[in-house]
Amino acid sequence: MLGYYIDLALGNLKRTPVLTALMVLAIGLGIGASMTMLTVLHVMTEDPLPARSAYLYTPHLDPLPVKFKTDPMGTNPNQNLTWPDAMALLNAHRGVQQAAMAGGNVLVWPQRTDLQPFYVDGRYTTHAFFAMFGVPFIKGSGWTAADDQASAHVVVLAEALAHKLFGTGDAVGKTVRLGTFDYRVIGVTTDWAPKPLFYADASASFYSDADQFFLPLSDVLDSKQRDGDLRISGNVSGWSDFNGNMRDPSTTWIQFWVQLDTPAQVSAYRQFLVDYSAEQKSLGRYQRPPTNAKLYSLMGWLRHENLVPDDVRLQFWLAIGFLGVAMLNIVALLLAKFLRRSGEISVRRAMGARKRDIFVQFGIESALVGVAGGLLGLGIAQIGLWSIRQRPDDYAHLAAMDPSMLFGTVVLAIVASVAAGMLPAWRACRVPPALQLKTQ
Amino acid sequence: MDIQPILAALRKHRIPAILIVLEIALACAVLCNAVFMIGQRIGEINLPNAIDEQGISDIRVLGTDPKLASDDVPRNLAALRQIPGVTAAAVINTMPLTNNGWNSNVSTQPQEVMEKDSPNVATYLFTAGGEQALGLRLLRGRFFTAEEYADSKLGDSFIPTTHVTLVTQSLAERLWPGQDALGKQVWVGKDYHFTVVGVIADVLRPNQNGEGLAAFHWSMFLPLSPAGYLNDYIVRSAPRDRARVTDAAKQKLAGLSPNAVVKGQTFSETRDKFFADTRSMVWMLVLVCVVMLAVTAFGIVGLTSFWVGQRRRQIGIRRAVGATRAHIMQYFQTENFLLSSAGVAAGMILAFGINLYLMQHYQMLRMPWYYLPASAIALWVLGQLAVLGPALRAANVPPVVATRGV
Repeated sequence: MLGYYIDLALGNLKRTPVLTALMVLAIGLGIGASMTMLTVLHVMTEDPLPARSAYLYTPHLDPLPVKFKTDPMGTNPNQNLTWPDAMALLNAHRGVQQAAMAGGNVLVWPQRTDLQPFYVDGRYTTHAFFAMFGVPFIKGSGWTAADDQASAHVVVLAEALAHKLFGTGDAVGKTVRLGTFDYRVIGVTTDWAPKPLFYADASASFYSDADQFFLPLSDVLDSKQRDGDLRISGNVSGWSDFNGNMRDPSTTWIQFWVQLDTPAQVSAYRQFLVDYSAEQKSLGRYQRPPTNAKLYSLMGWLRHENLVPDDVRLQFWLAIGFLGVAMLNIVALLLAKFLRRSGEISVRRAMGARKRDIFVQFGIESALVGVAGGLLGLGIAQIGLWSIRQRPDDYAHLAAMDPSMLFGTVVLAIVASVAAGMLPAWRACRVPPALQLKTQ
Repeated sequence: MDIQPILAALRKHRIPAILIVLEIALACAVLCNAVFMIGQRIGEINLPNAIDEQGISDIRVLGTDPKLASDDVPRNLAALRQIPGVTAAAVINTMPLTNNGWNSNVSTQPQEVMEKDSPNVATYLFTAGGEQALGLRLLRGRFFTAEEYADSKLGDSFIPTTHVTLVTQSLAERLWPGQDALGKQVWVGKDYHFTVVGVIADVLRPNQNGEGLAAFHWSMFLPLSPAGYLNDYIVRSAPRDRARVTDAAKQKLAGLSPNAVVKGQTFSETRDKFFADTRSMVWMLVLVCVVMLAVTAFGIVGLTSFWVGQRRRQIGIRRAVGATRAHIMQYFQTENFLLSSAGVAAGMILAFGINLYLMQHYQMLRMPWYYLPASAIALWVLGQLAVLGPALRAANVPPVVATRGV
């Protein structure tokens, strides 16, 4: 019976080829557009470190003066930590592991004569960074707490930079000149870059930045090095006159992450932050309520940072609106088409077909339109994603479908077409048998 | 035209009629907001920027020793001025639209901490001749004197020791609304203050900050003697010489500082790069509007064609009892007009609602009222064009159809 209905449906669709093509095109465009934008949203809101994100937290303090102007939409100085606060949290050792960090940009002087000096992006951080985030090493390892203390001239390179500087040979143990000083390479990591780069400062390009080197954070305090181009590439902001001293207690520039394994540790850490703020307030350094201190989980922090640009959200809603227009279009056309065949329906009903049979027959016809539209939509979504990858935006290169989105497209196509075919098929099966025969 | 019979017929096809009305409403609402967004973005791309955008190139030199800057910078500038076609050259800390901002919160009086309501302003520092190299347009007052350039040094605080400044018209209006800005003091914190010696036409800042489009023109300019941290060489020439001058300047500077990283681009490239995202969004929105209007038009064509086919016999009868072709056409055109009217009426309300929602949740402005009637007219026209084909086919139904059986 089903095969017969499909034959019937195909025959009917073929009888009005232009209309059928228009319906398939409309639903295809609607599904293609919405799946394109849904895929973009999906890749932008993905978990950057699936195995570890549940245990990673970032503390935020509020050392701003009461009178200070904060901007609810923009970035404020209290988004980062000052050097004294970051060191206090680091030395308190209240988390399982913790690390302070800041984005950096350094001038590299290659030993190879065929290379000009160039700038690369990377991170200044403390020793626990590698273990806490699970940075995979190819060779060597990170540095120790003692290296942090001593502002040791050691560096960890990402594979791409190591390869650029030293070719295919072993980079560990070699020396590279960064800014004014020579640094000893102690480790090489894979080209590891979580997407989004959750630990970066708000000014970063979260979806395209990758760290090419890692240096001890204390190295950047040396002003001789900073002049010699060990630069900080994030927001450095303060609320009183800045004198170039990175240890300044009213200049924020450091990001901080901590690993907490159990809910008890999380609530204890929250309390610790409030207690620390209260202590600073009683010392006269802080002015705002200690309860302003916040502890964000990794995914909570990404939500708070609101990384998905407004443009992308707007485009998503536009695409959904467009799918709505396309579906309304198809419902109206199918309805008109089915009801035009009232005579045929009446004859079939009079000859003994049940309402259910009519419903199934016409349902199949609309489902066929939906399946064809869905396939077309899948193709259009691929073209849409390709065109997004050509765009200049930060996230553009990530726009591609993974299996779950592919599956989602098929589901959306079926749901949309069945929903669109429901009303017309239901109306068709309600055509009374006798009346129609009489009027013809 | 009597609309009673049309309404009676539509009542018979209630559901398809309602659906097509809904489709038009949704299309109208999306169209209104999408066109409004397109307009806003085009406005952003075309924001005025009173520098010589067609004649400037920006050569960035990074990795030189800042301690040698007082010798390097004059040497480099002299070399640049020798390039044939170069009309002016200077060095500046950063350029408009490069996303490399030097910002300060300023006030009209000294302040202990940065207070609420102190505007965040982009600070440009340039060496002698910077105003000619950029092509700044002076509205009131004067540019800097040679002594003011020579006396200004850069300390650890990244704020020069000068006491004079040029401000843009928008910033002057923000700080001293309705007053003459000349001679007034701009304060940064409690230690630094500058006397306004000139007001210039609006120049864009390196990057947009959170304070909206108005703040995009809040810039101030300070004079500076050659110093480290000044990395951007501005080279000005006639537009037709610019490509050649950019290459020559790049080579010259790379030759003078062999270990530095030298990058050069024309200001037009800088501007294109800055607005690339915005431009791609505009094209995306245009595409969505066009495709959506096409889908709506196809829906109208399809539905009306079916109604025409369904009513062939009735049309034949009407023709047989004396209706002209024009009457039949008018019938379908009026029917479409009624459906479109219902659609745009609902659509305008929906469009307004969507705009209110976007204003609350996104940085969106209130849509000017004329967008609503404009998109209503667009959909009326679209509907009439879409119905034309089916209506003509209906008008061509011969009266003899009435006498035949179906």
